[in-house]
Amino acid sequence: MNLKVDQVVKKLTAASGRDRTRMMDVVRGVQAELGCVSGEAMEAIARELGCERVEVEGVVSFYAFLSKQPKGKAVIRISDCVVCRMKGADKVTEAFEQALGIRVGETTADGQIGLERTACIGLCDQGPAALVNDVPVTYLSTEKVSEIVDSLTATGEPKKLVKTLGEGKNATERIHSMVINNVRKKGEVIFAGMEPGAALRKAAGMSPQEVIREVKTARLRGRGGAGFPAGMKWEFCRKAAGERKFVICNADEGEPGTFKDRVILTECPELLIEGMAIAGYAIGAEQGIIYLRGEYDYLRAHLEFSMAQMHEKGLLGDGIAGKKGFAFDIRIQMGAGAYVCGEESALIQSCEGQRGSPRDRPPFPVEVGYLNMPTVVNNVETFCCAARIVEKGAGWFAELGSKDSTGTKLFSVSGDCSLPGVYELPFGLTISEFLETVGGRDAIAVQVGGPSGTCVNPEMFDRRICFEDLGTGGSMIVFGPQRSLLDAASQFMDFFVEESCGWCVPCRVGNVLIKERLDRIRQGKGQAEDLDYLEQLCETVKRCSRCGLGQTSPNPVQTTLKHFREHYTQRLVESKDGLQPTFDLTAALGDAVEAQGREPVFHED
Amino acid sequence: MTKPKIASTSLCGCFGCHMSILDIDDRILKLVELVEFDKSPINDIKRFTDRCLVGLIEGGCANQENVKVLREFRSHCDVLVSVGDCATMGGIPAMRNGIPLKECLAEAYLDGPTVHNETGRVPHDEELPLILDKVYPCHEVVKIDYHLPGCPPPADAIWEAVVALLNNKPLDLPYELLKYD
Ligand SMILES: Cc1cc2nc3c(=O)[nH]c(=O)nc-3n(C[C@H](O)[C@H](O)[C@H](O)COP(=O)(O)O)c2cc1C
Ligand code: SF4
Ligand code: SF4
Repeated sequence: MNLKVDQVVKKLTAASGRDRTRMMDVVRGVQAELGCVSGEAMEAIARELGCERVEVEGVVSFYAFLSKQPKGKAVIRISDCVVCRMKGADKVTEAFEQALGIRVGETTADGQIGLERTACIGLCDQGPAALVNDVPVTYLSTEKVSEIVDSLTATGEPKKLVKTLGEGKNATERIHSMVINNVRKKGEVIFAGMEPGAALRKAAGMSPQEVIREVKTARLRGRGGAGFPAGMKWEFCRKAAGERKFVICNADEGEPGTFKDRVILTECPELLIEGMAIAGYAIGAEQGIIYLRGEYDYLRAHLEFSMAQMHEKGLLGDGIAGKKGFAFDIRIQMGAGAYVCGEESALIQSCEGQRGSPRDRPPFPVEVGYLNMPTVVNNVETFCCAARIVEKGAGWFAELGSKDSTGTKLFSVSGDCSLPGVYELPFGLTISEFLETVGGRDAIAVQVGGPSGTCVNPEMFDRRICFEDLGTGGSMIVFGPQRSLLDAASQFMDFFVEESCGWCVPCRVGNVLIKERLDRIRQGKGQAEDLDYLEQLCETVKRCSRCGLGQTSPNPVQTTLKHFREHYTQRLVESKDGLQPTFDLTAALGDAVEAQGREPVFHED
Repeated sequence: MTKPKIASTSLCGCFGCHMSILDIDDRILKLVELVEFDKSPINDIKRFTDRCLVGLIEGGCANQENVKVLREFRSHCDVLVSVGDCATMGGIPAMRNGIPLKECLAEAYLDGPTVHNETGRVPHDEELPLILDKVYPCHEVVKIDYHLPGCPPPADAIWEAVVALLNNKPLDLPYELLKYD
């Protein structure tokens, strides 16, 4: 047996209390220290955690950042998000392939540097971007590639790639990153600044029911995308039976084009922590979890530091804000590269050390959640809003925004606009007003809510951004006149194909079929009936899938078919002789010509 | 009045679907009253003599010959029906689709444990059609108007489908004739 593997596993499992539910921490640790989770390591983990090896294997094979085979000491993961590709990620990838002499998916012969593609890493406003291990590298260009490769080859230290620091807290020692916040517009709720503890002290003077009533009166809706009323969720959870309850913050931020939670986590984690503690107080939970996406690992030390500071100030731990019995603590659960883990039940599975496959709902997490206990899962921004509502009052909050979408919203703006970045704007503004603000006046389309949202055309630019009209979790991608929307839709479909957990056939297979048929049209080989086929298939996948991923994954195609139909019809061909334009007899015979060693003969009758 | 014409063929199939056509039993007499068979294995007519209303296709396309025949059917028939799972999905022959053609041929003619082949070559006579890289369902090669599932589809399903087509009526098959589990 390899002693090192055994030692590392023993150390890491001991650190997590040999607790099976903390499997994620163990496998992430093993990956970081040993460069992979080998079969041997899996055996050892299974032994130490008292589970079957196949369970470990199941987890390792699920997450993109975990692998059974060794990876390079430094792994360059280039974001293949639509926006990064608009900004030239493909050229950058080619340049890396050339400079390293390897293809994407390979590792240099000396085992030092690996090259991969990864789903959106939340740096769309400063792309093309990549992660080198856990270090974000932004504003990539082909010119910078050799510099990066040289530095990595010489030092083997991804951290050395950080030369200029970003603004704000990105420049602190604990984050030490070149990432910039790019906050273009501060609003009244999130970025207005709050005296630390102000919300918690206010909450401590209220009863839990009063807190919930306040959040309900403010008509706060979840900021993660679906817009479910937060107060109602808290009330369900408070009323649910369970010995313990939990508060989970969804900081998975995986929807391509979304990066506003990253900025909250960087600049005002205290506000989030207060919001979580208030939620705990309201529902009767003493434990919270921040589920932080693996891509944001570089923010972990900073978050831990913020929590420690809050502890010191009596704003976390026991007797919060001086109130006896008000106890709340938080741990961070790191993800490992899986978009579907943003779905709340998959996220809970992941927190429990399982594969991140969604669960059947109902029962909803408010009844059967983390460790089968009632659990509130909310987005980062939702908790921040809740803290401010408690601090400043429901009336103040409800006056902002639109009728059914109160408050301000953070928008992550990227793509073809002159001022990409994060904007805090009241709900209810029109797309035109939005485009005016972000410098995207010549837009031909806006992807509202990321790929799982809606692609809107200029005739819809007077529609309003709010849950009662065009809902969004914050992702706003602007497409200029030079863009092909079908190419973008196809890239979005690649994303869903890659990120489907594979549990249901309509999602696992259907998305592949949608993508194939779309590509057929893009190649100029589609026929009119392919559009009917796509429409039907999109509907089938949406209706027959178990979780929100499959229920929205056809949207890039479905909404462009609806709002940009001419982009499809322009490329259609008509087959007069009834032959399929996609079937290429010569190509289909290629293998046989080689294997059978003769050219085809075409007999005439 | 001249009777409408019908044609059928077996591409890469097992003839099971044609057996199922024959399973319509005495209704075949009625069928002959309704239609005239053109090119079909049932009457052994090898070439189309006329334009047909309906073409029934059994089997998918596994080789060059299958493609040629299927294209002929497309150009001679108003309505093409993929009959059976081989025609609609590739069926059993498509099990080879996961294996590269070269490996399949090598296993069959060169390296397989029971192979005795002194030439050391894969058969390549010009009389033998070249094999396609994979087995294609018919609708990937030509436009197919209708699909009739089953391995084979029951005689009743085939009968009802043909009668509906001839009468230009919608087909309303009972669930039992379409469910396969
Ligand atoms: C595939 C998928 C990914 C999701 N990703 C996120 C995410 O990254 N962040 C988030 O807050 N919500 C995400 N959600 C929504 C969550 O399931 C859940 O509704 C949300 O965290 C609830 O919080 P909220 O009500 O405060 O928005 C995702 C949902 C699905 C179906
Ligand atoms: S819809 Fe897709 S992601 Fe969701 S459970 Fe089914 S297969 Fe998994
Ligand atoms: S579908 Fe079944 S019966 Fe018909 S040809 Fe194929 S294998 Fe034979």
